[in-house]
Amino acid sequence: MTEEPIIYCKDVHKWYDDFHALRGIDMEVFLGEVIVIFGPSGSGKSTFIRTINRLEEHQQGQIMVDGIELSHDVRNIERIRMETGMVFQQFNLFPHLSVLQNVTLAPIWVRKWPKEKADKVAMELLELVGIPEQAQKFPGNLSGGQQQRVAIARALAMQPKIMLFDEPTSALDPEMIKEVLDTMTDLAESGMTMIVVTHEMGFARAVADRLYFFDEGLIVESGTPEEIYNNPQEERTKLFLSQIIQH
Amino acid sequence: MTNNQPSISSKDKIPFYRDERIIMIFAQVLSTVMIIGVLIWAIINFFKAAEARNMTLTFGFLKEAAGFPISNPPIDYEPGMSYIRAFQAGLINTLLISGIGIIAATIIGTLTALARLSSNWLLSRIALVFIEFHRNIPLLVLLFIWYFVVFGFVPPVKESLQWPGPIFVNKRGVYLTWPRLTETGGIFIILVVIGFLVSILAFTMLRGRRKITGKETYYIPTSLFLLMIFSLGGWFLSGGTPFQLDIPYLKGFNYQGGLRLTPEFAGMFLSLSLYTAAFIAEVVRGGIQAVDRGQLEAARAVGLSQFQVLSLVIMPQALRIIIPPMISQYLNLTKNSSLALAIGFQEVFAVGKIAINQAGRAVPIFALIMLTYLSLSLLTSFVLNIYNRRIQFVMR
Ligand SMILES: Nc1ncnc2c1ncn2[C@@H]1O[C@H](COP(=O)(O)OP(=O)(O)OP(=O)(O)O)[C@@H](O)[C@H]1O
Ligand SMILES: [Mg+2]
Repeated sequence: MTEEPIIYCKDVHKWYDDFHALRGIDMEVFLGEVIVIFGPSGSGKSTFIRTINRLEEHQQGQIMVDGIELSHDVRNIERIRMETGMVFQQFNLFPHLSVLQNVTLAPIWVRKWPKEKADKVAMELLELVGIPEQAQKFPGNLSGGQQQRVAIARALAMQPKIMLFDEPTSALDPEMIKEVLDTMTDLAESGMTMIVVTHEMGFARAVADRLYFFDEGLIVESGTPEEIYNNPQEERTKLFLSQIIQH
Repeated sequence: MTNNQPSISSKDKIPFYRDERIIMIFAQVLSTVMIIGVLIWAIINFFKAAEARNMTLTFGFLKEAAGFPISNPPIDYEPGMSYIRAFQAGLINTLLISGIGIIAATIIGTLTALARLSSNWLLSRIALVFIEFHRNIPLLVLLFIWYFVVFGFVPPVKESLQWPGPIFVNKRGVYLTWPRLTETGGIFIILVVIGFLVSILAFTMLRGRRKITGKETYYIPTSLFLLMIFSLGGWFLSGGTPFQLDIPYLKGFNYQGGLRLTPEFAGMFLSLSLYTAAFIAEVVRGGIQAVDRGQLEAARAVGLSQFQVLSLVIMPQALRIIIPPMISQYLNLTKNSSLALAIGFQEVFAVGKIAINQAGRAVPIFALIMLTYLSLSLLTSFVLNIYNRRIQFVMR
C-alpha cells in the first residue's frame, strides 16, 4: 500500500504491575476503515483501545496516530486526543451539564469555538443522532440509548478523524441497542474511521472491514468478516464464535 | 383457572387502620401533641423552679458594671465597664478565632486532601499521618498539647526563638512582624480594593466573551494586569509607603511592637484549625473520590487539559458532595471554640462563665450564650446554603 495508516501500532505491550495485559499488539488502520475487536472478557480489548488515546499508557512498542507518535510528550497526547473521539460502555456523560452543554464543552474550551458556532454544530449533531428535542435536558433524565447517542454526538463535536467505541451497547436494554447501532452504521457509511469493541456480530458482519479476535492480550486471528465467520483458522476463534453466536 | 382477576381486589373498601393516608395523618397529629405536651411541661416546670429559687430572669443586669478583668481584650475593656461590653469582647474573640480558624482549616484541609490523593507516595503518607493523628485525639487534648506542652517549653523572653524573618516566639506569645498602615496607606487599600473589583469584573466579562465569541480574550492575564496597575497606582499615590513594617523589638523585659498573638490565642488557633483541617481533608477527599472515574476519562478523552478536567468536570461535581458536610465542619469549629475556656482564652463562653459566677444569673446568661452560638450557626449555614442551593440546582 502506498497510503500511510492513520493508526499504526507495533508490538504494543502493557503491564498492570506484574500482570501482562497486552503482549505485543500489531495493527494498522487506514482512513475510512471500520475495525471490530472481539474476544473473551479480560482479553485486553478495552486496554488496547484505551492506549490509542492514552487513557492507558503502553510501556513498550510504538503507537502512531495520524503521524503523531504517542509518547510522554504532553503536546502529542493533547493533539491525539483532539483527533480521536471515544464512546464508553457506561456513557460517562457529564451529569452537571445539559445535553447541549455536554456536546459543546470541549469545542468551546479546547477548540475555542464561539459559543454560537459550537451550539449550531452541536444541534446539527444532535439532529444527526436523532435527539435534537432533548438538547436542554440533563443526562439523568434520558434513557440509556439516548444517553449513548448524546455521547456519540459529544465525541463527534470535536470533529475527530477516528472514533473509538468500547462496548457501546453492552450496558443497554435490547430495544435500545438497535438505535445506537443504527447511528454507528450511519457514521461508518459517512466514511468515519472507527475501532469498535463489540460482540454485536450482526453489526460486525454488516459494517466492519476487518475483525480482530483478542485473547489473553494477543491478537489470535484477524481477517474480513467472511474469513472470520466462514473459515476461522484458529480453534480458539471457532470456540468463542460458537459460544457467542449460539443465542 | 383461566380467570386472571387478581385475588386481592383493590375494589374492597380499605379499613381505616390500613389506609396509609390515615396512618400518616394520625402519626403527624400524635407526634405534634407529644412535642407540645413536653414543651408545656418543661416551661411550667422551669418557671416553678425559677420562682422557688428566687432566680431573676430579666436582662437588666447587663448594664451593670461587670467587675472582672479580661486578659488581652480585643476591644477597649475595663472591669468597670458593663456586662454588655464584656460580652462584646468575648464575642469578638469568638468571631476572630472562628473566622481565622475556618479560613486556615479550609486551606490546610484542601491541601492535605490533594496531598492525600497525589500519586506521590511520601506526600500521601504524610497527609495520612496528619489526618489520622488529628482525627483520633480529642480536641481538648490537642489544645493542651499546643498550649501546655509546646508553649510550656518555649524559652522565656530573654532567649526568644527567632524564626525565619523577624518572628519571635517566647513564653509570652508569638510576635510577628506586621505591616501597619501609614497615614497615606488608606489610599493604597482603597485602590487595591477597587482594582480587585475591576479585575473580577473584567475576568467575568472577558471570560463570558471568550465563551460566546470563541476569540481568545486573555482574561486571566488581563485581570491580573488590571489588579497590578491599580495596586501600583495606589502605591505611588501613597508616596511609596502605604505600609510600615512594625518589627517587634526587645525593650526592657518584653517585646514591643509587631503583632502579638498570645499563647492562648496561638494555641487555640493552631489546635482548632489543625483539628478541623483533618476532617475537612477527609470531606474534600471523599468528594473528589465520589466523582465517578468515568468522568475523568470522558473529560480527558474529549481533549480537556488537566486543569480544565478539574475545573470544568471534577470540581463542579465534587463541590456538591463537599459543601453540606463542609458546613457542619464550620459549625463544629465555631462551637468547639468554646473549649478555649480550658486554657483561659476569653471568648464568649468563658466570659459568660465568669459572669455567671459573679452575677449568679445563670438562666439569662446561658440563654444569651446559646442565642449567640445559635445565631452564628444559623448565619453560617444560611450563607453557605445559598451557595449550596445555587450549585445543586444546576443538576436538574
Ligand atoms: N486498572 C487495572 N489494574 C489492574 N489490572 C487491570 C486494570 N484494568 C484492566 N486490568 C486487567 O487487564 C486485563 C484486560 O482488561 P480489559 O479491561 O482490557 O479486558 P476486556 O477485554 O476489555 O474485557 P471485558 O470484555 O470484560 O471488558 C484484565 O485481566 C483486567 O483484570
Ligand atoms: Mg472492556
